[in-house]
Amino acid sequence: MVGNGILKGLTETARNFLGSYVKKDRLTTVQYPEERLPQIENTRDFPFLIYDGPDWHAGMRCVACQICEKECPPKCIFIDKSKDKKPDAVGKPQAYPAVFNIDISVCMSCQICVEVCPFDAIKMDVVYDLPTDDRFGGLLLDKKKLAKSNEYYHQIHPTEAAAVDGALAEERAKADAKVKAAAEAKAAAPATPPPAAPKPAAPAQPVGGDPQ
Amino acid sequence: MTFPLDQIFVVAKQWMRGYVPPIAWPVTSAILSVVPILIAFPLLFAITTLLERKGLGRIQNRYGPNRTGPWGLFQPIADGVKSLTKEDIVPLTADHAVHFLAPLLLVAAAFLAYAVLPIGRNMVLVDLNAGVLYFFAVGSVVELAVFMAGWSSRSKYSLLGAMRAIAQMISYEVPLVLATVVVIMQAGSLSTVSIVEKQEGYSGIWLHAHSGFIGIIPHWFVFTPWGFVGFVLFMIAATAESNRSPFDLPEGESEIIAGYYIEYSGFKFALFFLGEYLGMFATSGMAITLFLGGWNAPFSFFTWIPTYVWFFAKLLTLIGGFIWIRGTLPRLRMDQLMNLAWEFILPMAILNMLVAGVWHFMPGGPLRWLVCIVIIAIPCVLLSRRLKRKKKFEIRTYSFAN
Repeated sequence: MVGNGILKGLTETARNFLGSYVKKDRLTTVQYPEERLPQIENTRDFPFLIYDGPDWHAGMRCVACQICEKECPPKCIFIDKSKDKKPDAVGKPQAYPAVFNIDISVCMSCQICVEVCPFDAIKMDVVYDLPTDDRFGGLLLDKKKLAKSNEYYHQIHPTEAAAVDGALAEERAKADAKVKAAAEAKAAAPATPPPAAPKPAAPAQPVGGDPQ
Repeated sequence: MTFPLDQIFVVAKQWMRGYVPPIAWPVTSAILSVVPILIAFPLLFAITTLLERKGLGRIQNRYGPNRTGPWGLFQPIADGVKSLTKEDIVPLTADHAVHFLAPLLLVAAAFLAYAVLPIGRNMVLVDLNAGVLYFFAVGSVVELAVFMAGWSSRSKYSLLGAMRAIAQMISYEVPLVLATVVVIMQAGSLSTVSIVEKQEGYSGIWLHAHSGFIGIIPHWFVFTPWGFVGFVLFMIAATAESNRSPFDLPEGESEIIAGYYIEYSGFKFALFFLGEYLGMFATSGMAITLFLGGWNAPFSFFTWIPTYVWFFAKLLTLIGGFIWIRGTLPRLRMDQLMNLAWEFILPMAILNMLVAGVWHFMPGGPLRWLVCIVIIAIPCVLLSRRLKRKKKFEIRTYSFAN
């Protein structure tokens, strides 16, 4: 009989219509600005710069080596290397970026900058609501806006951050051991001048900080 | 029996007319009748767009608009502001005059149809003695407007959409009118008011002396075999006439985008939208007038509710039905659309006229019902089987092309 399928369809839609008022789990819509779905851990959108310790400028890991700037496929990173040097997290004097800009209207979130960074200084962020009414200035993030603490990194990507911290600590331990060995070798050698120079680099900040 | 609230608008109009000199009475009277229609039905359009979006949303387990105002109630206002402030783009090569006139003509034609719709007791703009004829004559102007829009845009999509719309509307105009013929046969009148008055009265039961007569079955034409079939055929044809799903072929996002009004933007686009909905309301109103007893209450103990309330309640019910259908059915293919019109609805409409005649000349009783139902049911089954049969597609052989 013609119309059977139509009746079946009409009951189905009627059930949907009434059911959506009764059963809350029928409505799968997430009411976006108020409700947000949890992000998966590997979410990424735009890069940010990590700093250790309380002061964003002093603790910034970036040494302005400009590898990321060169590797960036859409060329959205601009770095101006400083003339002077400041002590880095381990107290070693390093150059730092006088200017570090990322134009996120150009950035394509490819994460190549993160992969090439030898200092684990640049990582991917998860913040996606970056609307602005100034589409040029508002989307050009400078050093200050890009700087985020290592604790924040632990919050957004816990597993990855722990691995990075472990690797950094290991590297530092190795470096320390090397320095120590060199110092011991020097001390063992005929005592020429008093060993003035290499102090075992006392970390200025707690290296490879705990998540908390 | 009439109740004071029922005639409140009629009395108010008389009272307001009393403030002008008698020489200006015809003009004043016309204005006082026309203006409420020009306000009420666009308002209904605004409400319907919201109801439709909400209803379709719920049918698809979504919320529908819920951001503008409480529960999204101000969505029509936002839509109106949006369409008013949008840029009005006219194609460079378009026929400007016709392009401009088409939406106006569509809306004007849709409004003209309301002249003969009895909204309540004594509430009809003009009681033409050829009201039904006038209604369909005015309704066919819509086709002209649609073709004007498609032709003047000078765009292939517009033209294709207009061709489709015309083919569809003319095909369904025939069964639409033929479905109403049964009512005219029975009522013996083309006047919409007298058709409604013919459907007054109830069949019911006598209870105790103090409560008296309780009418539970109204004498609406839809409660007869020919009336029911006529109503169903009329509603199918009306859905196709108003280009609504599942007959929304003139527009199709995947093929010809918005069809004949693709080159319209801003307020003119909104006018097309308005015109389509007004046409839908008008045909629904006509279906109410012809088959659903117009402004009559469904039960005799509900006659104290004003007649215009009943009219709009029925109208909203039909609109709800349209939305429900739209949320349920996928669209037809062009050949299915045409086959349905010419191979099923048209024969059924003609057959229905025969049934109406049989009904008229047979003595009342169960036998009359049985005969009428048999006359309808057997061809209905046969015709629907014919529609459902599988078409064999063969490889076409060309005698001369090889």
